[in-house]
Amino acid sequence: MSDRLANDPIYRTDALIAEDIEKYLEVHQHKTMLRFITCGSVDDGKSTLIGRLLYDSKMIFEDQLAALEADSRRVGTQGQEIDFALLVDGLAAEREQGITIDVAYRFFATEKRKFIVADTPGHEQYTRNMVTGASTADLAVILIDARKGVLVQTRRHSYLAHLIGIRNIVLAVNKMDLVDYDQGVFDAIVKDYAEFAKSIGIDNFVAMPISGFRGDNITTRSANTPWYGGPTLMEHLETVEVDATADTAKPFRMAVQWVNRPNLDFRGFSGLISTGTIRPGDAVRVLPSGRTSTVTRIVTLNGDLDEAAAGQSVTLCFADEIDCSRGDVIAIADDPVQAADQFEATIVWMDENELLPGRPYWLKIGTQTVTATVQQPKYQVNVNTLEHLAAKTLDLNAIGVANLSTDRSIPFEPYAQNRDLGGFILIDKMTNATVAAGMIHFSLRRADNVHWQATDVTREHHAQVKNQKPAVLWLTGLSGAGKSTIANLVEKKLARMNRHTFLLDGDNVRHGLNKDLGFTDADRVENIRRVGEVAKLMTDAGLIVITAFISPFRAERDMVRQMMQPGEFLEVHIDTPLAEAEKRDVKGLYRKARAGDLKNFTGIDSPYEPPQDPEIHIDTTSMTAEDAAEEIVRRLIP
Amino acid sequence: MTTATGQLDAMRLTHLQRLEAESIHIMREVVAEAERPVMLYSVGKDSAVMLHLAKKAFYPSPPPFPLLHVDTTWKFKAMYDLRDKAARDAGMELLVYHNPEAKERGINPFDHGPLHTDMWKTEGLKQALDLYGFDAAFGGARRDEEKSRAKERIFSFRTASHRWDPKAQRPELWRLYNARKNKGESMRVFPISNWTELDIWQYIHLENIEIVPLYFSAPRPTVERDGLLIMVDDDRFPLREGEQPVMRSIRFRTLGCYPLTGAVESAAATLPEVIQEMLLTTTSERQGRVIDKDGGDASMEKKKQEGYF
Repeated sequence: MSDRLANDPIYRTDALIAEDIEKYLEVHQHKTMLRFITCGSVDDGKSTLIGRLLYDSKMIFEDQLAALEADSRRVGTQGQEIDFALLVDGLAAEREQGITIDVAYRFFATEKRKFIVADTPGHEQYTRNMVTGASTADLAVILIDARKGVLVQTRRHSYLAHLIGIRNIVLAVNKMDLVDYDQGVFDAIVKDYAEFAKSIGIDNFVAMPISGFRGDNITTRSANTPWYGGPTLMEHLETVEVDATADTAKPFRMAVQWVNRPNLDFRGFSGLISTGTIRPGDAVRVLPSGRTSTVTRIVTLNGDLDEAAAGQSVTLCFADEIDCSRGDVIAIADDPVQAADQFEATIVWMDENELLPGRPYWLKIGTQTVTATVQQPKYQVNVNTLEHLAAKTLDLNAIGVANLSTDRSIPFEPYAQNRDLGGFILIDKMTNATVAAGMIHFSLRRADNVHWQATDVTREHHAQVKNQKPAVLWLTGLSGAGKSTIANLVEKKLARMNRHTFLLDGDNVRHGLNKDLGFTDADRVENIRRVGEVAKLMTDAGLIVITAFISPFRAERDMVRQMMQPGEFLEVHIDTPLAEAEKRDVKGLYRKARAGDLKNFTGIDSPYEPPQDPEIHIDTTSMTAEDAAEEIVRRLIP
Repeated sequence: MTTATGQLDAMRLTHLQRLEAESIHIMREVVAEAERPVMLYSVGKDSAVMLHLAKKAFYPSPPPFPLLHVDTTWKFKAMYDLRDKAARDAGMELLVYHNPEAKERGINPFDHGPLHTDMWKTEGLKQALDLYGFDAAFGGARRDEEKSRAKERIFSFRTASHRWDPKAQRPELWRLYNARKNKGESMRVFPISNWTELDIWQYIHLENIEIVPLYFSAPRPTVERDGLLIMVDDDRFPLREGEQPVMRSIRFRTLGCYPLTGAVESAAATLPEVIQEMLLTTTSERQGRVIDKDGGDASMEKKKQEGYF
């Protein structure tokens, strides 16, 4: 065995496996784990570097190597040499295109550590993938092509890594073989990067000259860079301190995933400890209820534990029968977390459909899912220049800062303190797609200071005086379906029956309350939100409210339904086929829309999502407006 | 003595402890959010680890979902024995599903080639999930097994027709899994995504998990076909002209249908020896499987899109 091999940690391991497998297993039981991401531009050699790490740590088998050699000759970009990048470019489509298009996870291990690498693409349109890969990483390797130096992409990757909270940054100046291992080139790049890094708050980083292709300073010190005295990439990865250790020193927090109740004698709360440590006898507080108890047992299949720490999945038992369920957070009693319902957060938008301020989304944080609405962003960040830009919305891969509110108070911590209790995703309520990731900065004090004013004359009293049950008849349908006509007839009939009613009509409201709104998707959402709030106040006053709005999106109609008391919202679908509505064209709007004079017209260039299960369905092709009104009144007052 | 969840070594979790905690977390999320979860159980070593983790995740309750074995009738006898015992020991219901059409047509690996896997496994799995209305199915796939697996999410969304779209995967951040879906759609969930083959073996060793004896070397009757050593597990094996089973000291690195699973000649009869051999070996785990080679390079990716696990 040559000197190079004898000094190589990988080959020492080999000898131990052959000579004393039991000893090897003992050593490997005590390995720790490091998760890292590699970021670089398209040609910086990311995939090659990862392929090299796998190859050098013997994670590549003979059959894979044979396939690799064949592939290298067929589609490789390195001539007759082995193209390590082919090892990691997984999906068929991208192998043909020669680029990586998603997040892929790779694994290798040395004597000291197991590594999980997230390979994330460098294309601008894939900010989403990099943020995803970075969210679980302890460390980021920022790759720079030594021939090109610090590029716009380098800045973007560094900003994103810092944004997601990665504190360990490695600046790997790659392709040193192509600049003749020139120290001057390396030093200039490091100086350049240091200035930029400081400007975005990265205080520390470790820089190293490497060649992924040639293997310089990957697992062994390179003779080509005698001027470099720092660690090899592998040495650094094996020894750097991971964040998980720091989490143990923080106060105890655990989000409850599941209540374990096999029988009447056992009640345990299962979860993964986010930060801190816990022992039987510790006093804990359950958020948001604020109730306290004492931990009696830490239960696992392998027996009760005396202590458990951040990163472990456990089941806790309490001394008292207190209310605690999925979504609650168990915290150490004398240093609990806050709860709030309004926040400022950084939001990374990840969906093809842009953010609609005011639209309700599912927000999942820790183990709980609530309804949240995001306000118009305060600003959007240009990830290349880091400038703050004015923004009305966020589209795919945009990053912005906005306020958001949740429909109930949730326990949380700022993201900078706790990724589990400060990081959230937003989910579209219709498609169930994950549309955004967010990081809470802080709660807004307004949540504490604007109290609900309790009034002595209750909504029940208002309704009793009018001798009626308040309700909202929400008419939805295409333009020209007959909503306003039918709504007007319904109100006349109800008036004759001495009911106290009020008709909110789409066109009329846009003359006053909503005259600042246009017809973009975002404005349509806000239009409906305001009408919903007004209708709600009117039902509190005891009225029967009739509304006539196209209200094209299910999400907003459902939002209004949620605002009302159960049973008081009646969705009425005025169902007229598009062709029929267009034929009627009472206001001449379809003609204008078809001519292109009217943009965002529902049914033409803006979608209408019909109700799936309306309380009342009116088919206008088989019913007159008069009959329709009669039917609606009959359903309201049987 | 350190066990995977035992006393902490200076409060620093080992890689196996972190992997174990993550897998348990994933399983609990599924049980909390899915209406009707099930665990796909294939009796191999990965299934054994997954089942063990499930016991840990819900202890002292038994895992609150059934085990489902989508059977081909062509597994090794030893696998059927352990399957029934493992379910009994865990206190879980075991569902065994056979695709009735495959049964009727007598689909087998000798005469029907790729159709065997397609009908018994891919179609059988879809039928079973539809029959019982399962909306989340745990699978024991690992990202280190195969290139297209490396990109699959832990919570992998499937359309109502069970298709996987690698281009439309939901971003998966932190420990937040989006398990929401509409009626008819489902999730495949891979709690041991981040485990490697070595992790699996080390964990089996540490936690003393029972596995099928076929993983350990013993003299077994074999024939050599197309470069693979195939074990003659029962008398349904059609011997070719002049073919005579030969006793060889063999074991299996991966288990499936016996006529499709290649054995390796080995003397490794204990777990440490198996691990030793695995670490010193020079061919990858799936190499012994005929199934990956059908349809060329992107074969597994194609199968997955069609609904294979």
